Amino acid sequence: MLQTISILLENKPGALLRVTGVLSARGYNIESLTVAKTFDPELSRMTITVEVEDRLRAQVIKQMNKLVNVLQAADLTDAPAVIREMVLLRVRCPQESRTAVLKEAEIFQARVVDSSVEGFAIEATGDPEKLDEFIDVMRSYGEIEVTRSGGVAMSLESKKLKLQPPVPAPAAVQTIS
Amino acid sequence: MAFFVFRTLNRHNLESGDYMQTAGNLQDAAKADQPGKLMTGAEMLLECLVREGVDCFFGYPGGVTLPFYDALYSHHIRHVLVRHEENACFAAEGYARATGRVGVCCATSGPGATNLVTGLVDAMMDSIPIVAITGQVTSKLIGSDAFQEADTFGITRPATKHNFMVKSVHELPRIVHEAFYIAKTGRPGPVLVDIPKDVFQARGHYEPVDSIHLPGYKVFTEGHTGQIRRAAQLIWEAERPFVYAGGGIIAAGAAPELRELVELVDMPAVCTLMALGGLSSSHRNFISMPGMHGSYAANMGLTECDLLIALGTRFDDRVTGQLQSFARHARVIHVDIDPAEVGKNRTPDIPIVGDVKKVLQRLIKALEELQPEFGAKKTDSRHAWWDQLRTWMNDHPYDRPRDENMIKPQHLMDEIDRLSNGQAIVTTDVGQHQMWAAQLIRFSEPRLWINSGGLGAMGFGLPAAIGAQFARPDKLVFSICGDGGFQMSIPELATIASHGLPIKIIVMNNGYLGMVRQWQTLFYNNRLSAVELDCFPDAEKLAGAYGFKGRTIDKPWELSSALEEAVKEAGPYLLNVKVSPDENVYPMVPAGGAISEMVLGPPQPVAVG
Repeated sequence: MLQTISILLENKPGALLRVTGVLSARGYNIESLTVAKTFDPELSRMTITVEVEDRLRAQVIKQMNKLVNVLQAADLTDAPAVIREMVLLRVRCPQESRTAVLKEAEIFQARVVDSSVEGFAIEATGDPEKLDEFIDVMRSYGEIEVTRSGGVAMSLESKKLKLQPPVPAPAAVQTIS
Repeated sequence: MAFFVFRTLNRHNLESGDYMQTAGNLQDAAKADQPGKLMTGAEMLLECLVREGVDCFFGYPGGVTLPFYDALYSHHIRHVLVRHEENACFAAEGYARATGRVGVCCATSGPGATNLVTGLVDAMMDSIPIVAITGQVTSKLIGSDAFQEADTFGITRPATKHNFMVKSVHELPRIVHEAFYIAKTGRPGPVLVDIPKDVFQARGHYEPVDSIHLPGYKVFTEGHTGQIRRAAQLIWEAERPFVYAGGGIIAAGAAPELRELVELVDMPAVCTLMALGGLSSSHRNFISMPGMHGSYAANMGLTECDLLIALGTRFDDRVTGQLQSFARHARVIHVDIDPAEVGKNRTPDIPIVGDVKKVLQRLIKALEELQPEFGAKKTDSRHAWWDQLRTWMNDHPYDRPRDENMIKPQHLMDEIDRLSNGQAIVTTDVGQHQMWAAQLIRFSEPRLWINSGGLGAMGFGLPAAIGAQFARPDKLVFSICGDGGFQMSIPELATIASHGLPIKIIVMNNGYLGMVRQWQTLFYNNRLSAVELDCFPDAEKLAGAYGFKGRTIDKPWELSSALEEAVKEAGPYLLNVKVSPDENVYPMVPAGGAISEMVLGPPQPVAVG
């Protein structure tokens, strides 16, 4: 089953690899992954959808939380959350279908970003399921080429972020010869 | 020139994460401590190591670590030169396992760093605190396939609890202290710090680090009060309670609490391979080791108990066998510092995430509070349970065969046990000898038994003994190896000779890769493929080549005196003991089987009438 995980992590080199490493080490296939800075440039937020057996989902979250760079990992699969994705789609359609394609785009609230003799390039955002339908509809009009961004998720519950406070470092040492 | 370096800050205060500065007024003699003093990265690293209380570390120099080794030349910290980087990490592990302190090893870039990987994975599997320092090529050459360049940061990422690449000399002190903090707190583990050559050489103003801030690194210590109370209630109500103690007991220093717990409730306890010595082997409540080669009573006890109290352990497949039948009638209390282990293999009825020492202290208090009311409820069932356990123990003790003309491996272990009397440090390599040593040698306290458990890395035993001897110069150290594992560590005989380490190297020599041979005999129709270890060197000549004593024996009547001679020898001693090659380790739980389905001995010949 597809699990959606939202992770708040430190924006440091290698942090992304650590997170994906936890998943690849266990052989889970990552369906999609997005990551970008938050309003705090030291932190990034990552959304991952990964194919995991139901009974292992809690384990995956615990393994993520173990990572030093990860501040918080949350399972958003069943939680109240908003998930949005973007699709860039190029469709080659014959002359007769051009108006129909534009109409479909309008129905899905998609924007045409490029128009040429061969067809259109269309940008759509929304729920991943809605985008699946959009792609299916467009496929019926001709050859398509698709680039998906992967889902970006945000929890609708406010979870208190538990950050660790600083601890004292070892003090100076007395040397006697 | 002898230096004594005293740590004035109690290590435990650091682990409990309290904010108070516990160091008082310090007369700081170390010249580097004047704030803002200009020094090189290499000198800063040494200053940080001293602050962390490192008195001894193990390494092998190379091109990119030259600046570091140059600074080391005029520094008082002790560096032990090994003969292979893999052994630097194993030695650091031996040091860490023998003391509980962070073991430190150092290697150069490229092949030096990659040679550390086995040791790092071993420390990761057994949760041993290690800080590994590796050199890296100059920053501007990184990624250009420079000489002796390897992506150490990438290669060691899955092999470590955490790793760092130092980009500038200004962040070096902070990173080194963070590395030590991560290595020794929570569930301990290996941390690697990769330092490019130009960072070692760069000069900066050294500012002592006051505090360590890792917002995402959570350390759980306390344990939930409600859960602890519920656990205490269940313990008094259990008719067949059973304690399953793992490596976490050793890591937390919780041996006194474990003993208090088992005595308070008068419960049987097993110690896993990683926990031997956590409860004294001579304690009347100790039921030996469980699992694939554990004792009959231990495995039956685990199978038939009604309350399993798992302390600092991870339900590893070697212990549990087939999970569905493991402790099939029991409710489970699981205490561990790593939340990812609790519920990983077995969903506990009472999960308690915390430091097992602290949790046990609170659990014992809760038990004492409930004792007047509930303490005597199940006394009769408990007596019946002990009767059952003692029957199992008496009916199926460990096999201790003897032969007139050949030395049986079990006889060797019994003799070592006699000489150790629960006091010596024993390191083993991996294989049959490791299992027999675990079964038959007693340990009266923690940190005497040192072996590679989770990874099972051959070549571990001898370098680990080196680390342990440096850590505990006062102790008698036995390094028991098989003939296979010993031959993987021969280079370190030079290290032993160089420092005159009085390690007693006992090679249990059956001429085979014993454990693999055992599996081939039992499961592959005795097709012995690539397990014959011929051309073992003459021990007397080999030890003599390194300037110390060696001897080979193969007769049972020589065993006692040869071992006593080895122990009496002031310096190192190599004793090659030729043992019967046909012995198999029993009991044995076949892979994937239930631990109650043990094979107790060789198949008996059937008489055909």
